[in-house]
Parts: sequence; structure tokens; C-alpha cells
Amino acid sequence: MMATSYNAKDEDGRVTVCGPGGGPLLRGKKPENTALKQQRLAAWQPVLTAGTALPALFAVGLLFIPVGVGLFVTSNNIRELEIDYTGADASSPCFSCSQSFSWNSTRPCTCTVPFYLEQPYESNVYVYYGLSNFYQNHRRYVKSRDDGQLNGNEKSLTEPSKECEPYAYRDNEPIAPCGAIANSMFNDTLELFYNDPNGTKIQIPLNATGIAWWTDKHVKFGNPGGNDQNLSAAFQGTTRPVNWRRPVYELDSDRGNNGFVNEDFIVWMRTAALPTFRKLYRIIGKKDNVVPTLPRGNYTLEVVYNYPVRSFEGRKRVILSTISWMGGKNPFLGVAYIAVGAVCFFLGVVLLAMHHKCGNRNGDGDISN
Amino acid sequence: MLRWIRQQLGFDPPHQSDTRTVYVANRFPQHGHYIPQRFADNRIISSKYTIWNFVPKNLFEQFRRIANFYFLIIFLVQLMIDTPTSPVTSGLPLFFVITVTAIKQGYEDWLRYKADNEVNGAPVFVVRSGSLVQTKSKNIRVGDIVRVAKDETFPADLALLSSDRADGTCHITTASLDGETNLKTHFSVAETLVFYIKTLPCLVCAKILMPHPSFSVFMLLFAFVRSLGQENLLLRGARLKNTKEIFGVAIYTGMESKMALNYKCKSQKRSAVEKSMNTFLLIYLGILLFEAILSTILKYAWQAEDKWDEPFYNQETEQERNSSPILKFISDFLAFLVLYNFIIPISLYVTVEMQKFMGSFFIGWDLDLYHEESDQKAQVNTSDLNEELGQVEYVFTDKTGTLTENEMHFRECSINGVKYREVNGKLAPEGMTDDSPDGSIINNDGIGDELLFLQAVSLCHTVQISYDQPDCLVGGGDPFAHANGFSSSHMEYYASSPDEKALVEAVKRCGYVRSKVSASLSFSRYKLLHLLEFDADRRRMSVILQTPSGLRTLVVACRHFSPEEYIDVEKHLNAARTALQQREERLQEAFAYIERDLQLLGATGVEDKLQDKVQETIEALRLAGIKVWVLTGDKHETAVSVSLSCGHFHRTMNILELLLELLLVVLLVPVPIHQLSGSVLLSLFSRIKEDHVIQHGLVVDGASLSLALREHEKLFMEVCKNCSAVLCCRMAPLQKAKVVRLLKTSPEKPITLAIGDGANDVSMIQEAHVGIGIMGKEGRQAVRNSDYAIARFKFLAKLLLVHGHFYYIRIATLVQYFFYKNVCFITPQFLYQFFCLFSQQTLYDSVYLTLYNICFTSLPILVYSLFEQLVHPHVLQNKPALYRDISKNSLLSFRTFLYWTLLGFLHAFIFFFGSYILMGEDTMLMGNGQMFGNWTFGTLVFTVMVITVTLKLALETNFWTWMNHFVTWGSIAFYFIFSLFYGGIIWPFLHSQDMYFVFVQLLSSGSVWFAIIIIIITCLFPDVVKKVFYRHLQPTSTQKSQVTWGGGAERTREDFHLLYCQSYPTLPVVLV
Repeated sequence: MMATSYNAKDEDGRVTVCGPGGGPLLRGKKPENTALKQQRLAAWQPVLTAGTALPALFAVGLLFIPVGVGLFVTSNNIRELEIDYTGADASSPCFSCSQSFSWNSTRPCTCTVPFYLEQPYESNVYVYYGLSNFYQNHRRYVKSRDDGQLNGNEKSLTEPSKECEPYAYRDNEPIAPCGAIANSMFNDTLELFYNDPNGTKIQIPLNATGIAWWTDKHVKFGNPGGNDQNLSAAFQGTTRPVNWRRPVYELDSDRGNNGFVNEDFIVWMRTAALPTFRKLYRIIGKKDNVVPTLPRGNYTLEVVYNYPVRSFEGRKRVILSTISWMGGKNPFLGVAYIAVGAVCFFLGVVLLAMHHKCGNRNGDGDISN
Repeated sequence: MLRWIRQQLGFDPPHQSDTRTVYVANRFPQHGHYIPQRFADNRIISSKYTIWNFVPKNLFEQFRRIANFYFLIIFLVQLMIDTPTSPVTSGLPLFFVITVTAIKQGYEDWLRYKADNEVNGAPVFVVRSGSLVQTKSKNIRVGDIVRVAKDETFPADLALLSSDRADGTCHITTASLDGETNLKTHFSVAETLVFYIKTLPCLVCAKILMPHPSFSVFMLLFAFVRSLGQENLLLRGARLKNTKEIFGVAIYTGMESKMALNYKCKSQKRSAVEKSMNTFLLIYLGILLFEAILSTILKYAWQAEDKWDEPFYNQETEQERNSSPILKFISDFLAFLVLYNFIIPISLYVTVEMQKFMGSFFIGWDLDLYHEESDQKAQVNTSDLNEELGQVEYVFTDKTGTLTENEMHFRECSINGVKYREVNGKLAPEGMTDDSPDGSIINNDGIGDELLFLQAVSLCHTVQISYDQPDCLVGGGDPFAHANGFSSSHMEYYASSPDEKALVEAVKRCGYVRSKVSASLSFSRYKLLHLLEFDADRRRMSVILQTPSGLRTLVVACRHFSPEEYIDVEKHLNAARTALQQREERLQEAFAYIERDLQLLGATGVEDKLQDKVQETIEALRLAGIKVWVLTGDKHETAVSVSLSCGHFHRTMNILELLLELLLVVLLVPVPIHQLSGSVLLSLFSRIKEDHVIQHGLVVDGASLSLALREHEKLFMEVCKNCSAVLCCRMAPLQKAKVVRLLKTSPEKPITLAIGDGANDVSMIQEAHVGIGIMGKEGRQAVRNSDYAIARFKFLAKLLLVHGHFYYIRIATLVQYFFYKNVCFITPQFLYQFFCLFSQQTLYDSVYLTLYNICFTSLPILVYSLFEQLVHPHVLQNKPALYRDISKNSLLSFRTFLYWTLLGFLHAFIFFFGSYILMGEDTMLMGNGQMFGNWTFGTLVFTVMVITVTLKLALETNFWTWMNHFVTWGSIAFYFIFSLFYGGIIWPFLHSQDMYFVFVQLLSSGSVWFAIIIIIITCLFPDVVKKVFYRHLQPTSTQKSQVTWGGGAERTREDFHLLYCQSYPTLPVVLV
């Protein structure tokens, strides 16, 4: 690369002559004696030897095992219950609903799933719905949205992005919200009832806010013309997605949770990484310190069964879970820490034994061999 | 117009016709058949580009490089089809790489352009319309009469018309062309030398005809046909000396001048590392294709059912449905190719180039490679080969001027069989001491043979005298006017060969001086009639003088001519010199005719001192596992004795000889000579095998070498390889190159290095993998054709053992790390396809894809590759055996390459599946119960990856300067800051806001922090443990010396130990 084929400057190059003395002694070319130029920069030169690795191994071992135990215990203290209500086999309560599904049926199909909580759930309880075999991470699906439209951009509202195809227009009317993600929004309704031992059925209040990221709700998503406007007027000239039963401005009666800033909608719009996923549905707030949020006992889950999963062999689940600082039940972290810690400790012992047995083989170094 | 464009772009060479007719002073014939010819102007263009063609030409050249072309294709594919990543992701890195390279090349070209301008704009005097006009050098046209004054360089190839001297001669030095520093006399064309300034322009109505490429030039002058020889031509770049001014007619200008033609092409050498790099690239290309094909097949074989590919929630558009399946298949394949294309490290080349460019400064900066006496620092001509310095297996060295000082001192001579020694400026016969005054000490009154001998020595040479007076005092007057008396303190000798100089100086000390052309020996004047120049083939030169005459090399002989004989001789010579055809051959014949029937006078002995520390250097090289071959033109006895004195041969070595004389002696047996050399070789071979305890040295001379090579190449190579030292004597320059090529192409393909100082070493320097020039006394030709130039042979040890080692380990890690980090980068993306129906969904955001190689992981490796040192330079230099640790490209062997690649895959699996198990199935990770999405997942993998990959390099780093700390921790910090910033804003012009607050949300989860830590530890710990175990169980000597060096207090003892071990050289390799 430096092969400059020919350098005209050479013509004027200094001619070294062959004579005694060779002219006055020049010292012009002497390189500078700096640390950088002489490659003598001050440097830390760690050498990975048994001597340095041993303490590190033991330190990691001794640190990770207790941390792992802590994580494991924390994870174990979390209560979690999972109810599959797909209705795949004939015995399950939602079987008929799952069989008789049709997109244009007007009569909602409901089914009730009873379940029993063996332990009381003390703190806030988080209700999730889970889908499996649902590829929210398919490329065509992931990009099928228009963030400009979702942010309340008027232009994008009437001219949805090409990425939304084939869910951009219906009968030449722009779809709001456009795209495959919005179109396939999860629309089952889930309700929880506590079956009091005295026979009464008490509906448990489910909180529908606080389930989406704060920044999504307040910055990334926004209704056209601001959230306070008359939404049906703001969405004038657009049409609802094909699979939706209601237009976007009728998602919720609460004005702050309607239109594009509806939290159920925002949660759905955050596409999951893997084909089996959960999404936060509702939060059951803790009432007071005396009564557990969900006491031990019998419960009923009432499902308005709207969402079809049979066509792609999917499953639908409801998950009730308490939460710690580290999130939901997650034994992996604790196990991983304990395992890595143990391995490090073990290797440390092996290395120590070797180091000891072979004596000073490394330290004093018989260089000559 | 089109042609002009093509010429500007350099596609077409400038127009050339078969002959060119030059009209002196551009006086074209008024009538008749005159076809104007176009000649190049006198502009020297060494720059490759112009402002206009820079962009297209540079782009064209860059895209000829396979990796760049590959990325261009990927970029175009991205533009054409619906791809998973935006074209920016590969376009931007490509743009970055191309821009950096273009800036570098543009800068280099600008430097050349500036140098060109300086040369082209130099003022010159030209005769125009009868008077002298000052103009710029570039304005000289062919046919112009140019005036050149003393100490100026010739601005074009000129035919000398006249000079200010009555005899029309001038002196020039061609030091900057061929490195010969002596003054050469050139002659005016006989018919024009009488013309001088006023009369010149009007009188010369001549035209010069020349065939194009060669330099036999004819001059048509009036009716005469004159042949112009080399002695009439003044080549561009040479310099006028000792002559006030000359006039010459420009015959070749600008890019057609001989100098420009000669420096045109210089073949590029490629280092072994670059070759393995290209192999690795091909392997990775294979991996890429495999992954893309596998993904495509799986997509169709496994997931193509509508249930999966087109469920109710994810329908295709009409257009997608209607496109043909074959097109779909191809576009799917291309999409996967695009998705995985980053596995080919795009910035590898540009980083390597920057590393080499910047790293090469260290050689020039090294004080240990600086030679105080001559004020010469080491010089790098090609930074491409830096790492090759760490791979050298064979060193071929010239002897004179390389191992020795090339500073000749007259020691002794033999006249008529009597040996004389120089003692205190007088010649004393052997056995006499200088305090025996009545001994027959030769001085001015020397008689007979001695006198004749001294006369011969003092007369037959080309030494020119320069009077050591500042130019200002001379003031344009003839310098020789000042020097009538030979006040010797003012005299300096300039000679083309140092031994000539030594002889003349010695003779001067003894009182004999010849000066200039008509010279006076202390008591007689001689007229120089003819000079028969020295050339390497004849190995002699002669002068013919009016009174006595002589011949000289080491043997001094003379021949007396009678007047009749002389006339005959002169006739021969003149005929040859002015011959129109085959001048060279005819001259040879004439020389041979003259140089016969010589009378032997005696022989001179000139000693050449060994350079400083040659022995130590050769010993160090040998300990480093490098075989040293000395190639010299000297005769075998001289060569062997120098070899012995410089430690190349040991006294204990068993010296085998393969010499033509020996062969000839045995030749009395009627066997064809080639069979004979074979049998000799066989016997040598068996001797080596017999006692393999002793080291063997081989002496071979040029003649038998060529015989051996022609007939028994393999056998000869076997013998050579089993000898620890080889000495080739009586080598012609081309033979040197042949030997180098022979070893270079032998089955093991060893890396060769050639080192030399003279023009006769150039071919070998260019042939070897690495060519090193010694900045010696024999001009600059070797230096200019070399890859590296150093002032002394002893610097070779540091250059190889320290710099070579550094460059090699740096670039080896650089290359492998690049592949590693790109495997880490792309494999999770590949794995993700198994979880997203092979839909080509990217795992990482486009911006991350783009910046990974440009920003997040680029600087640590660059800084590493500039500063890394495995062991301290002192240790490297004191323990040459460490060089063996890196020999045979061992750090880039297939095993290490496999290790790095597998490590990359392993790490990628850990990143991906670690993240997968953590958040994959359906765990909630945030303290408020909210969920993450696919971008968060990808960002987690990416974060872990950036940190791990950076820390992996940190683990490899042995030499932590503040810069390493800065870039390592800075890169990680930069990644975090950048991600916070990037995710913190709704980007107004971006189509999607996928990454909005993703990074913050990710980091707000405690589990994620714990996960990041455990994944990184899991990745790096096995590696640490592996390193420790290997170091413990089978440490390399490099690692041992690290411990030693780090041992602090232990050091002195170990160093002693070290030296102690060194004094027992390792045994030669035994052939089994």
C-alpha cells in the first residue's frame, strides 16, 4: 500500500558522498527519546498465572454462591399460577367456544374456568395473558406498524405507511391503527371472581392502567390532535382494523386510556421476542396490610372468548403472579449463579492442588528446558 | 475528447510512434515533409490522481479489493430487494471504510503532487528565439536547448551539446539515480562542442532521430550522422559537478525520461499474514454461504406451511403472494445473505491498514536503530510487511558493506613476489619494522618494479578530486585554478568504489598523486588517452596513458604499447565507441583486444573492517532459529575467513565445500561433471548424516551452485537445510536472487529476508519476502529498492527480534480477534432465526448493526495492535529463542484460528441462550410487572456482547498503557452513553421508533444486571481457566519469560541464568 511507485522528491535528495568526514555532522534525524516513540509507555503488565487466577476463582465462587442462593430464594417466594383456557380438549370449559369461533359472529361466547389458590397472594397480583406459537417476532409482522400514526401524526393517520400493507386501507379508507400488529390485537376479556366460602361470588377489581411503559403511554403513543379532544372526531375519515369489533376510539370509556394511548393496545404493540410470550393484562392492587390481595380459596375465571388460536395450534393462558424487585418467578438466575460459583470454586481447588503438587514449577521457572 | 479522458484516467499510455525526430531548438524545416510529433511535456507526474479523476479512479481501485467489492454487492442487493436490514447498515460501514482509505490515499497522493509541483516548478534556463529565458521546468519541450549550471540537476534527458570547457566535457554525479557517487565525465557531441552561447542557437540546425524505447540515439547534424552514446547523454536527475555550465538539447522529457520510466513499476509484496487473512476470509465466506443456504432451506422445508408462514394475524400482500416461487426463493437467500453478511469483518482491512501505517512509525522512531555517526535512522519503505519481520527463517546477507564497514584500508601489497606493508606512510617489505631506516623502504625514490607498481595503482582509477572549499569562495571561477599545488589537506577523493579510494589514498600517503585528467605524478605528467571503465563482468578496468599504462584490480599488471600498437588500439577503440550497431559488444571486443599480454606487476591487499557487533547479531539470529546465508562476490578464501571472523562459521563447525576447483580436480576421472557434482553432494549429505552432533557449514561457489541447482536441486536443498551456516561465494548479482528464489519456492516455503547495501544486492532484495537495505557507502539504490533500510547490520537483531515480534503478535491477534468478534456478532442473529420462523427478523436494531464494527468495538483493538508487548523488548533482544515461539506463522495457524472461531461461536451461544433462558419463555423481569419485547431482548444480547467482546480483548492485552485503559473502558462507556442517547429521543426522521427507551427500561431491571454479569463471567471464565492451565502445564518460553520479567527481584538472577543458557547454542536440527 505504501509502494509509492516513484517519488519525484528523490531528485533533490541529499547525496551521501563517499569521502572522509562526509561534511558537518548533522543530528537532524535523531528520533526523539520519548516514551511513546521508544515504546516505553508506562504500562501495567498483568500476567495471568495460577497465582493471580486462584484468588479470583475463589472470590467468584464465594461471592456467587450466596448471591445465587439469595436470588433463588427470592424467586421461590414468588407465587405464580398459570391457567390454560385454550379449550383444546373436549373436557375443558372453553372447548365449545374454541370450536365455534367465527370472525363475524356478533354474540360473544363466554366460558368460565374454576381454579383454586392453595396459598394466599399477599402483595400486588399481576394478571398476564399468555400466548404460545404466536410469532409476534415474524419480520413481516414486526415492521407492520406506523409509529408516526401511533404518535398522533395527522398525515400518517390518513396516509398510513406502506409497511402496514396489507392492513393499511380498507375500502379505500385508511385504517387506524394500521398494520398487522394492531389488527391482531388480543381481544379476550378476562374477569376474576372470588368464590366466598359462604357461596357469594365477589368480582375482583382489576386495574387496567400502569400496565404499559410510562414512556410509551406518554411520549411514543399519542392520539391525533392531543388526548383531550373528542376522539371520534379526531379519527374522522379512518376506519377500524379488519379484525376489530370496535373502532379505536371506543377501546375504553376512560378518556385517558382510549384511542392510541389505550394501555392494552400499547402492551400489544410491543412485539414479543419469542413465539411463547406473556403480556401484562391487569393489576390487582393490594387493599391493606391485613387482608391478602387474593386469599386462599376457590376462584372463577370468566372469559369472553374472542381470540382464535386454533388455526396456528396456539395456546392461551392466564397467569396470576406476585412480583419481587427482580420481577416474576425466575429460578434460572439463582441456579446459574450457584452453578457458576460452584464450578469456579471447584476449579480453584483443582488449580490449588496442582499448584501445590507441582511445587514451584511455574514460579521459579526452569527456563532452560 | 474520449482519448483525452482515457489518458487522464491513465488507461492509455501517452502516444508513442516508432521513431521520434527532435529538431534542435525546435527549428522545423521550412519546407518538405515534416510531420509534427507530440511529445510529453516535461511535467513529472508521480501522483496517481487528479482532482477530477480522484473519486472515480480511487473508487475503482478500492472496489478491486475483494472485500470491498463484496460489501458493495451486499449493499446493492439491499437496495434492490426487500431486505431485513436497511441499506444503511452495510452502506455506512462501507462508506466509512472507503472514506478512510480514500483520505489516506488522497493524502499520500497529495504529498506526491506537492513534490511533483516542486520539481515541475523549478526554474530553468532555456534558449528561446536566440536568447536565454528563465522558465519553469515543466515548460521544457523536446528540442529545447537547456542551460544547466553547476550543481543543478538536469531537468530532462539531455544530449550534451557544449560546455564551458574547451574540450566540451562536463562532470556529473548520478548518486540519486544509481547511487554511484563518483564524478563521471560526459562529452559533447563532437560537432557541436565548438558552439557556445551566442552562436549556438543559430548554428545548430540539427535533428535527432531516435528509436523510441531504447537509448541508442542518432544525431543528424548537417550531413553527418553521429551516434550519441551514453557519454553524450545527461539523464534527468543527475547533477552537474565541477563544470560551470552546459548546454544540452532536451530529447526525452517528463514521463518519458529514463528516470521516470525506471521507477514506474515496483512489484508489491504480500505478507504471510495477509495470505492467511485471505484464507480465513474465504472460510468465513463459506460459513456465511452455509448459514444462508441452511436458513433458506429450513425456511421452506420446515416452516413454509401457511399455518406458520401466513397465519390469520400476518397476511401477505397481493404482490407478495403473486411473485414467483423461484424469485421468492432467491430473494430469501439474498435476504439471509444480507442478514448474516457482517460475519465478514468489513473493517478488518481498514484497521489492518491503519495499524500498519501508524505502527510502522515505531521503526523510524527507534533510537536503537539510529546510527549516530551517519545520522541515519531506520526507514520504512513498505509498511505492508511489518509483521513479516517476525517470521523470517532465512537471512541472506551480502558481505561487503553489510557485514563489513566497506571502509577500505590499504594494508599490504605484493610486488614481484615481495610482500610490502604500509607503515607510517611508507611501504616496508615484510619483516622490516619502521625503525630500521636502512631497510629498503620505498618512498619517492622507489625504483623499478615498485615504481611501476605504484604508478599503475595511482594512475588507473576513476577517483575524482574535490577541493574542500566552500562554494562562495569559488565564486564561479574554475575551482581547479586554486589547486595548483597539491595541498593535500584540501583534497577529497570521490570514487565509485571504496577500494579504489583506499588504494589512491594509500598511494598518496606514499607520495604518489594523480589528479584529474592531465595529472602529474610527483615527477612526471601523464596524458590520459582512454579510460576503459570498470564493469562487473570483466571485473577490471584499464586506462591508457601516454607514457606508461596500467591495469588494476587487486592484481596489478601492465602492458607497454609501442606507438604503432597504440594507433592500432586507438583505432579499435574509436571504431567501437562510435559504432552504430552493437556498440556494447564491439566495445567488449576492443577492451579484450587491449587487455591482453599483460605483464604482472603485483597485487594489492586492502582490508575491510568488520562492522560493530556482527558476530553477536549473527549469533542472536541463529538462536532465534534463523538460518544465515552469506552471499558474496568474493573469492572463497576471503569469504571463508570473513565468515569465520564474523561468527557465521564456528571453529567447531565441520565445513563442507562444494567448489568448482575441487570438482575440476576430481574431473580427471572421466565422469560428466553434472553426475560428479551429484556424487559430491551425496557424499556431503552422507557426511552430514554421519555426524549430526557437530554443526555443519557449507561453502559453495557460484559456478558449482548453478551446476548443483541445474542438476540436483533437491539434493542440494537437503544438504543446505541441514547445514547451520551456508556461505556462497563468487556470486553474480542475479545468482543471489536465484538462490533466494530457490529457497522461497522450496516445499516448506520459508520466509526469506535479504539484506545488502549495493546495487548488486537489489535483485536479491526485491526477490526476498523482506528486503532490507543498508544505508552504506555504495549509494542509495539498495535502500531505495528495499522494504526497510537500516544503517548497520547489527540493527537487524532488534528489527527482527523486537519489532518483528511485536508486529507479528499484534497483527495476529488483530486478525483473529476481528473474526472472533464478528462471529459473536452475527451468530445470535442466526440462532434467532430458529425462533422467528426464518423470517429474517434482525435481532439488533439497524443502528447497532451499523455501529458495532465502526464505533463500539473498533478502537480497543486498534490501540491494542499498536502498543501490545508480550514481553519487554530487552527480554526479546536478550533471549532470541523467543522468536521461535512465533515462527512458522504459529499464532495464525489453523488451530488457533479454529480456537478463536469456536470461541466466537461458544460466546455467541452463551449470549443468546443465556438471554433466552432469562427472558425467553415468559418471565417478567421488571419490578413493576411490565414486559419486555423483542428489541429489548436483542439489546440485552447486544449489550452483553459488546462488553464481553471488549473484555475478551482486555484479557488478551498484556501491556496496559493509559491508552488501552482509555479506549477499553471508554468503549463500554460510550456504548452505554450512546444507547441512552439514542433511545432517549423520538427521532424525527426515522421511520420507526423501535428503540425508544428500550435501553433504559432494560437497565431498570435488577435481574438484567445480574444476568449481564453472569453471562459475561460464564463467557470469559473458561477462557481464563484455560489460559492458566495451559500456562501451568505447558508454558511457552514467551510465557516463562513474562513470569521472569514480572518477578521483579528475581529478575537479575534469571537474567544471569538466561545468559548462561545462551552460551550453549542449540543443536542443529537432525535429519532423521
